[in-house]
Amino acid sequence: MSAEQRQDIPLTVAGRVFSSRLLVGTGKYRDFDETAAAVEASGTELVTVAVRRTNLGQNPDEPNLLDAVPMSRYTILPNTAGCYTAKDAVRTCKLARELLDGHNLVKLEVLGDDGTLYPNVVETLKAAETLVNDGFDVMVYTSDDPIVAKELERIGCCAVMPLGSLIGSGHGLLNPATLEIILGNAEVPILVDAGIGTPSDAALAMEMGCAGVLINSAIANARQPVRMAHAMKLAVEAGREAYLAERMPRRASASPSSPFAGRINA
Amino acid sequence: MHIQLNGEHREFASQLTISELIDQLALTGRRIAVEVNEEIVPRSQHAETRLSPGDSVEIVHAIGGG
Repeated sequence: MSAEQRQDIPLTVAGRVFSSRLLVGTGKYRDFDETAAAVEASGTELVTVAVRRTNLGQNPDEPNLLDAVPMSRYTILPNTAGCYTAKDAVRTCKLARELLDGHNLVKLEVLGDDGTLYPNVVETLKAAETLVNDGFDVMVYTSDDPIVAKELERIGCCAVMPLGSLIGSGHGLLNPATLEIILGNAEVPILVDAGIGTPSDAALAMEMGCAGVLINSAIANARQPVRMAHAMKLAVEAGREAYLAERMPRRASASPSSPFAGRINA
Repeated sequence: MHIQLNGEHREFASQLTISELIDQLALTGRRIAVEVNEEIVPRSQHAETRLSPGDSVEIVHAIGGG
């Protein structure tokens, strides 16, 4: 154990400082009112969105996600969800930058197949390099492979975001041992992106020293999403506090909390 | 003229600018981004950029996602 106590410093990603360590996705909600309420209850400052073709012939009064989750209040993190090649991911990021007035912070994900939504790390590495060279700040979704995580950091990604388990699966952290290695090697923030199912999963990730977690389905698919958003906020805060406090060591035998001395039968 | 718009074949008057296209689609004032033949056309150039027959145009916006 290190002699110095752990100090809290706020989450900093590519020079942007955030007081919340919970990142929230905006997919799968019933409507934009529910999205806005859940995002607010989560306390997040960093909100992911997808970039998609505009519906042609739509009602001009059709509500807009960015009215529910305004850019004036939240940092918007456009994703490349649904991209299966580096080329499509790079195009999507450029569209996002144009869409958001030159905003260059993106969440890169390049998927391998639609059954697992597992990252295609070969294409992810290619896209990351292109995007970093083009001036993007890249937060990258990847597998929980310590070698790949380090390589993405070397390329210049500003945050590396390994999966806890498959996107939308709610299985939590299936391989904490590799996550531990990734955390031990990291010089950029490591966030768990994907797989969080319940607040205890989020708390565990934070207790292990993750810089944050990104959650969508576990909030949106809860019976009461707004309440779950608040639960996730508390879990992330509790996990972070526990990481800073540093947990007690595990012992093989019991250790009484009440002193033996002074017992009436002594 | 014929263009490919968000993956669909569409007919428009020739010499159409991107601003005019956006107007015809009732998208004026909405937060969108436009790509022509896989190159971004910045908002500042919509009024002066004319489409050519066969162009492939993508118009995107932000929606919910994780």
